[in-house]
Amino acid sequence: MIEAAGLSKRYGPTVAVDDLSFTVPPGQVTGFLGPNGAGKSTTMRLILGLDAPTSGTVTVNGRPYATYHRPLFQAGALLEASAAHGGRSAYNHLLCLALSNGIGRARVSEVLGLVGLRTVARRRTGGFSLGMSQRLGIAAALLGDPPVLLFDEPVTGLDPDGVVWIRNLLKSLAAEGRTVFLSSHLMSEMSMTADRLIIIGRGRLIAQASIEDFLGGGPGSYVRVRSPQGDALATLLKAQGATVDGQPDGTLRITGATPGAVGELARANDITLAELSAHQASLEERYMELTKDSADYRTAGDALVPGGK
Amino acid sequence: MAAAATAQPSHRRLPLFAAVLRSEFCKLRSVRSSIWALLAAVVFNVAAGALLAIFLPGALSAQDKAAIDATRVSLGGLHLSQLAIGLLGVLVITSEYGTGMIRATLAAVPQRRLMLVAKTTVFAATALTTGIAACFAAYFAFQAFLPSGDSMRTSLSDPGVLRAVTGGGLYLTLLGLFGLGLGTVIRSSAGAVATLFGVLFVPSLIMTLLPQSWQDTIGPYLPLQAGETIYTVQQQTGTLGPWAGFGVFSLYAAGALAAGFLLIRHRDA
Repeated sequence: MIEAAGLSKRYGPTVAVDDLSFTVPPGQVTGFLGPNGAGKSTTMRLILGLDAPTSGTVTVNGRPYATYHRPLFQAGALLEASAAHGGRSAYNHLLCLALSNGIGRARVSEVLGLVGLRTVARRRTGGFSLGMSQRLGIAAALLGDPPVLLFDEPVTGLDPDGVVWIRNLLKSLAAEGRTVFLSSHLMSEMSMTADRLIIIGRGRLIAQASIEDFLGGGPGSYVRVRSPQGDALATLLKAQGATVDGQPDGTLRITGATPGAVGELARANDITLAELSAHQASLEERYMELTKDSADYRTAGDALVPGGK
Repeated sequence: MAAAATAQPSHRRLPLFAAVLRSEFCKLRSVRSSIWALLAAVVFNVAAGALLAIFLPGALSAQDKAAIDATRVSLGGLHLSQLAIGLLGVLVITSEYGTGMIRATLAAVPQRRLMLVAKTTVFAATALTTGIAACFAAYFAFQAFLPSGDSMRTSLSDPGVLRAVTGGGLYLTLLGLFGLGLGTVIRSSAGAVATLFGVLFVPSLIMTLLPQSWQDTIGPYLPLQAGETIYTVQQQTGTLGPWAGFGVFSLYAAGALAAGFLLIRHRDA
């Protein structure tokens, strides 16, 4: 469980994170979404006590992260792929981190196996590809087998196999009851992985909801129907309070009724349906819709990158 | 996930500081640059001691030999090995900032000052062991390669000799710690290395441009001049005594380390 309350971070005149309050619950993958420079990485660093907030608080399992002795048992983080000395072997990199928390060599070997780096464990990390570095960072996050995991842009640089691997790993970690907090600017990836979303723009909270609520709530969702008796069906639906738009291709776009209700209505009135499908807005559509009011941040956002990617 | 008894602390009773010491020692020994720097310090010392013993006796008159500080000559390699140890002291911390490793380190040990003290302790112990070994090796190499009966031969039981040879190791250690302190404050390898060697070598050059009375007043307190007294047997007039000089030299290192200790707590990593 991660809880932020009124979290703000200023770098000189630049406001990177602005009065952010959110909760990341256990047992789910919570996606942290926002454009580059929205403050995602800064928020991650604030959670881990690497940067000090200008105001507000953030706790991990009820306490500020920096107050823990041996915090690798509380939370693990992949912050950036290259957070390793290139001259050190993967095994030694993990061992040095593990020893500081009293974790032994057996666990180091185990996490190397978990992320698929066992065969290159003795190689120096300077020669690692981006994907291998990401796996090394994930291994470091898993060292203490912690109940909370943070991943900042974990799929960056991974090949398709790696992307699928990470997606499954995150889901299985959440299924074990862990708190998984995943930042990304890749919306397609989020829609496949996350159960919940926290969306920020320009350091401010824009939305915080389950992915179903998020996708279902907007005008982008509708039921699509094709029927030889389209006019009759449209009249019946309108009588029940749904909105029906005839489309140029002869289908009906219905909002305000579920696919089940439409099907039942058709059966009861002996109407043939040639096609019945639910259409959900893509995450991207919903995201654009939500953020279109946030003025100019889509362009200005990229300039707001203290320490960002 | 294969979760895990293995993730439990294997040294549950180990105090936090001991665990962090082990971590910092792991970091120091697991990069090649540390090994190379330490090896270079030993090789420079021994090679210089041996070469000076081979070539110097033939080039010096009996009068010169009588006037020379033979122990200090045997430690001539310090002029090179100090570069290696100073560089290592800087890199021990700045390489973490340069590679981003510092974030992994501080996420594992949020007690930043404890981490810095552990890092300093590990480096100091390593530099002291290596430095003292390198200086004794240089001293004995010098004696071994001197022609038998040469007047530059000294013994560890002669006044000041044991202190000077041991002092060479102390000097290297403090110089490395000065680098570590500067590295913690400056955080960039290039900036900290330039500052360290700038502060050590440049004041002596500037001094030669200043009036003699200034040189006499300030000169003994400059880092290099104060530091070299500890590995000198025949003290020059106008310099500090060996332990007073070493004390002043230590203050430079202590000042830099204290500044790093103050700053590391609240700075964003």
